[in-house]
Amino acid sequence: MKRLVSAGLLVAAAAGAACAGAGGAAAGGGEAAYTVPRTPDGHPDLQGFWTNTTYTPLERPAGITKAFYSQAEAAEIEKKAAAVEGEQTEPGTAADVHYDFTQFQLDRSQGGVASNVRTAMIVDPPDGRLPPLTEEGTRRSAARAEARKRAGGQYDAIQNMALSVRCILMDRAGPPMLPGAYNNNYQIIQTRDHVMILVEMIHDARIIPLDGRPAVDSRVQQWMGSSRGRWEGDTLVVETTNFTPKTAFRGSTERMRLVERFTRTAEDTIEYRFTVEDASMWTRPWTAELPMKKTIGPLFEHACHEGNYGAANILAGVRADEKRAAAR
Amino acid sequence: MRILLLGATLVMATTLPACAPASGQSAGYRAPRTADGRPDLNGIWQALNTASWNIEAHAAAPGAIPALAASGAIPAGLGVVQGGPLPYRPEALARRDEHFAKRVTLDPEVKCYLPGVPRATYMPFPFQIVQSAQHVMIVHEFAGAVRTIYMENHTEPPADSWMGWSNGRWEGETLVVDTKGFNDQTWFDRAGNFHSAALHVVERFTARSPETLTYEATIEDPQVFTRPWTMSMPLYRRVEAGARLLEFKCVEFAEDLIYGHLRKPGT
Repeated sequence: MKRLVSAGLLVAAAAGAACAGAGGAAAGGGEAAYTVPRTPDGHPDLQGFWTNTTYTPLERPAGITKAFYSQAEAAEIEKKAAAVEGEQTEPGTAADVHYDFTQFQLDRSQGGVASNVRTAMIVDPPDGRLPPLTEEGTRRSAARAEARKRAGGQYDAIQNMALSVRCILMDRAGPPMLPGAYNNNYQIIQTRDHVMILVEMIHDARIIPLDGRPAVDSRVQQWMGSSRGRWEGDTLVVETTNFTPKTAFRGSTERMRLVERFTRTAEDTIEYRFTVEDASMWTRPWTAELPMKKTIGPLFEHACHEGNYGAANILAGVRADEKRAAAR
Repeated sequence: MRILLLGATLVMATTLPACAPASGQSAGYRAPRTADGRPDLNGIWQALNTASWNIEAHAAAPGAIPALAASGAIPAGLGVVQGGPLPYRPEALARRDEHFAKRVTLDPEVKCYLPGVPRATYMPFPFQIVQSAQHVMIVHEFAGAVRTIYMENHTEPPADSWMGWSNGRWEGETLVVDTKGFNDQTWFDRAGNFHSAALHVVERFTARSPETLTYEATIEDPQVFTRPWTMSMPLYRRVEAGARLLEFKCVEFAEDLIYGHLRKPGT
C-alpha cells in the first residue's frame, strides 16, 4: 500500500485508551463542564473506538450495601481481579490448560478496563439487584428449564450449547451491550441519519436509523431486536424491540423493550445507560449504567463461526467418551 | 432532493438489469455530498442479477437439490464478467469444475461462512454503506458480514481474513477500494469460481443516478488466473419506505450440516 501506518497516531490513541482510574463521571457531578464535539452534520460526536471492559458485576454482590466504592476500594478490587487473571500464566496449574489470555493481552487488566466505582451496573432498583419476577416470569423460567431438560444434555447436540459457543450471539453484542471476558470493543460511525455500532465479537454491526420511522412488524423477531434512535439534547437514545424469545437476555422475553442512552461525558468516556422493560418477566423496569472508554483501533475481523473448531471438538470429545464408557 | 429526474433513470435501469454497460461513470452525474464534501453513497444497495449463481454467462439449469425442483433451479444470466471466459490456469479450471460438482458440501455460502469479496456485493441480499470521513463501512445482510474501508492511515493487511483488508480513496465521483489480505476459503459464486490467498481486488463504486451505482471489481490472482479481469454491474438502491437491513444470522441454519454427525446417537 502507498502509505504506512502512522505510529505516532496509534501511540497517542493508546495513551488515551489505557488511562483508567479516573473512575467516574458516574460517581456524580463535580467535573468541569465538557463540551461534546460535533460531527460535520452537527450531531454530538460519539465516533471512534470504545471499550466497556469492566470488573463491575451486573448485580450488586451479596453483603455489599452501598452503591459506590471509594477510589481506593475500587482500585483494590481491580488489582485482585487482575491477579486472578494473571494466575493463568502459572505453568502447570489447572487454569493453564487453555491458551494464555495474558499472552495476547486479552485479559482485562492489560486490555484496558473502563474503571468504575459503582458496586454494580444496576442503578435501579436502588438495591442494585434485578427486580423480582412476575408470576408469568416465574412460569416462563420454569418452562424454559423444562424445555432444556427435554432437549437433553448440553453436549448432546450443538443446539443445546451456549449461544456464544455456537457463535450466534455474545452478551456484548446485545443489545444491551454488556462486556464479557475479552474483546469488549466497539466502533461507532455516524452519518446524518444513521448511527452504526460495530461490535467486535462476531462482527455484529448495529445500524440505527434516526429518521423517526415506526417499529417493524412484530412478526419480524430478531436475535438483536430492531433498533431506532433519536437525539435528546446531546444524548443518543436508542429504542429496541422485536427481540426473539430465544435471545433471553437475563431471562427476557420477546416483549422486551430496551432503551439505551449514550452520552459523551468526557473526551475519553461515553456514559452508557440502559433500561429494560419486560412486563412478562419482571415486576418493574430496571436500569443499569456503565462507562465506555476510548480505546485503540482498528477492530480486526472476528470470524467466529468460520473457525469454530472448539464446538466441534467438544462434541467429538463427548461422543468419544460415551463410546469408551459403553465399551467398559 | 433530486427526485424529479428519477423516474426516467429508474425505468432505464430496471429494463436493463444484468447487462447494463457499467463501464465507467454515467456521463456527468454528480452525487449529492456528505457534510464533509464527499460523494454521498450512504444507503442500502443490492444487485439485481444472477451473478450469485454464476458470474459468467449461463443458461437456466436444474439446481443442486432435486427436491426443490423449479423453485431451486438456476436462473439464466448474461454474466457480469467483461470480455470472454474467465482466464483460468488449466489446473485451476479443473478445480472450479470440481467445486461445482460438489457445491452442496463445499460452497462456503452453504456453511454460512463470511462470503468474501466481491461475492458479498452481488448475493441476493442487501448491504448498507455507512460513510464517515475516516471509514466507509459496508455492512451485508448475509451473515452480518462487515467490511471496514480505511480512508486514512492505509496499512498493509495485518493478517489474512475472510472479507480482506480494504484501503479506500476518492477519485472524483468514485470510491476506489483496494483490498488484499484474503484467505483462500471464499468463492466468487455458487458455480465454484474461486481464488487463492493471493487475491487482490480493486473495486470502483460510482453513483450513476440518485438510485443506482455502477460497481466494478478488477480481480488479480496470478496463482489462479493468467491475467487480471474485471466484472461490472449496476447496484440499485432499496427505495421502499422503511427499508433496512434485517438479520440473516445463518449460523443456526447450517449447524445440522456442520455438526450433525456429532449429535448424540438417538437424540
